[in-house]
Amino acid sequence: MKKVVLMASLVLGLAAISGAQSGTALLNAAGATFPYPIYSKWFDVYHNAHPNVQINYQSIGSGGGIRQLLAGTVDFGASDGPMTDEQLAQSKVKILHFPTVLGAVVPTYNIAGVTGDLNFTQKALAGIYLGQITKWNDPEIAKANPGIKLPGEDIVVIHRSDGSGTSYIFTDFLAKASSDWKSKVGTNTSVNWPVGLGGKGNEGVSGLVKQTPDSIGYIELIYAVQNNIPYGKVQNAVGKFVKADLAGVTAAAAGSAKDMPDDFRVSITNAPGATAYPISSFTWLLIPAQIPDAVKKAVIKDFLKWMLVDGQNYNEGLSYAKLPKPVIAKETKAIDLIQ
Amino acid sequence: MVTSATPIDNAAAPPAGLRTFVQRLRDGDQIAHIITLVFAATILLITSLLVYELWINSGLSRSKFGLMFFWTRVWDPVSGDFGAAPFIYGTLVTAVVSLAIAVPLGLAAAIFLAELAPRRLSDGIAFLIDLLAAVPSVIYGLLGIFIVVPLMRTVVGPALKSTLGFLPLFKGPNYGVGFLTAGIVLAIMVVPFIISVSREVLLTVPREQREAALGLGATRWEATWKVVVPWARTGIMGSVFLALARALGETMAVTMVIGNDPKIATSLFAPGYTIAAVIANEFTEATGNLYLSALIELGLVLFLMTFILNGLARLLIVATERGGGRPS
Repeated sequence: MKKVVLMASLVLGLAAISGAQSGTALLNAAGATFPYPIYSKWFDVYHNAHPNVQINYQSIGSGGGIRQLLAGTVDFGASDGPMTDEQLAQSKVKILHFPTVLGAVVPTYNIAGVTGDLNFTQKALAGIYLGQITKWNDPEIAKANPGIKLPGEDIVVIHRSDGSGTSYIFTDFLAKASSDWKSKVGTNTSVNWPVGLGGKGNEGVSGLVKQTPDSIGYIELIYAVQNNIPYGKVQNAVGKFVKADLAGVTAAAAGSAKDMPDDFRVSITNAPGATAYPISSFTWLLIPAQIPDAVKKAVIKDFLKWMLVDGQNYNEGLSYAKLPKPVIAKETKAIDLIQ
Repeated sequence: MVTSATPIDNAAAPPAGLRTFVQRLRDGDQIAHIITLVFAATILLITSLLVYELWINSGLSRSKFGLMFFWTRVWDPVSGDFGAAPFIYGTLVTAVVSLAIAVPLGLAAAIFLAELAPRRLSDGIAFLIDLLAAVPSVIYGLLGIFIVVPLMRTVVGPALKSTLGFLPLFKGPNYGVGFLTAGIVLAIMVVPFIISVSREVLLTVPREQREAALGLGATRWEATWKVVVPWARTGIMGSVFLALARALGETMAVTMVIGNDPKIATSLFAPGYTIAAVIANEFTEATGNLYLSALIELGLVLFLMTFILNGLARLLIVATERGGGRPS
């Protein structure tokens, strides 16, 4: 027994020493899965430019990222939805939000005989997901799609079953589009869906839509683009039908940049502007305002500066929309808040 | 738990030359004793730690909802209203459906392999069955999505509707995903367990039992069904409960085909949700302490369900043993 104890303490001791002796600045971060491809690209490129800095990012989900940040087990977090006031109150230190990239959510559907892009009014999307519009030839859908022959079949509604930023953005949009949605369902990473089937992940939703005749679902723009999944146009705040693309998403962010609050916790769904795509959102890095470790503080500040300038150039290659210039300028100033 | 058993203690004092040897042996014995005791205790420790963690971390939800948690049908992360009823229902229904399909199928296959098939064929098939049991569940999920779901929507569902559609079990729209599909996929997953274990058990039934039955004039089938199977009953039930345990806890394959809708519906075509599936789906993005706590309480409920079902299984085995069958 003694030997076992000795061995165990030896192993633990060795592990502790090797952890402490690493010469590089090792940062741990965790959070949202949606921006994971661009984050891992950024951290990789940044590491190549600064070989002594290594940032480990675990894409465990926004909720997990916030929890780990609050527990102090990571140096910074990442989330697809801004932290709530209640969550911020739980934190021992002030937490700053830094928008990094933009994403969008698009409606995808599978209707026999319909090949063109369908136009969805805000009312139509909310009605479908509330279970109030149940047939494809409902006047609310038909009036926005003249010339397209819609069948009189029941709509099979499909949503995400796993908690996700995608659902957060989509329900945030629906809450703005319909007061019914706001009061009955609300906005969250997962909600009590009035109707529909749940699919796990973008692949689950798009798989169900593909297989189920007369169905509708919502997926991330980046997923639709990369997998060549057709998607419909959505009516924006000024009444125009916009097909989501990166420019439209950036336009939505620019449209709401004027009213950007100082803590960057802002929803840009249904943003003003003729070209703005209405189901868009920022995704954020969550960074503590006080970082006691001087090395880590310097690394984080430098990384943020790099991300806002050079990092943005990698966005479009991975189908993420760039931050608009005014937002970048505002964020650059906010970096100084990190003490 | 484990009583110390060191028979060497009682041996008369051995000659001096042997003493060190005996000493060493006894040391070895005690080392083995301690090591195995520690390992056995680990099981107990892990189980109690699990219950403790689930209990502590679900405190918020337990104090807020109390016993109502079991009856509440709402699961609303936005308003903070949580109830386990649809998930308990979904877990039980899918498990029952899967066993209703898998037990007859598995038992029949096991009887064929153990009693009727030539030994070489039986061994070959048994090898394949063991392979099936080792396939990761996500593969079964994919099988479900790409084969079972379309089949359910286009062939099985309509056929059931036209023949048994008058039953409430087969009413309502058929999306291809739902309780029945999940039950079928689960059945495919658990059938290898039932076949594999039941076959082994049937093979251990003494030859004399069969010979005696045949000698008394029983047909081959009578000997199998009235003598061999009752003899192996305990082991067969063991295989069924192993299957049940897997069906209750299965996550990935179920969530891919059940539709993930927390509703209680009589129709087997309707989408549903299971405890394991909702935990896997929502845990990573669960923000807010109450939400997290409610998910953890669901884990506790699942633990409780397996505990109760396993207890019932033990009782059933005891009861049937008393009723005859294998002399023990």
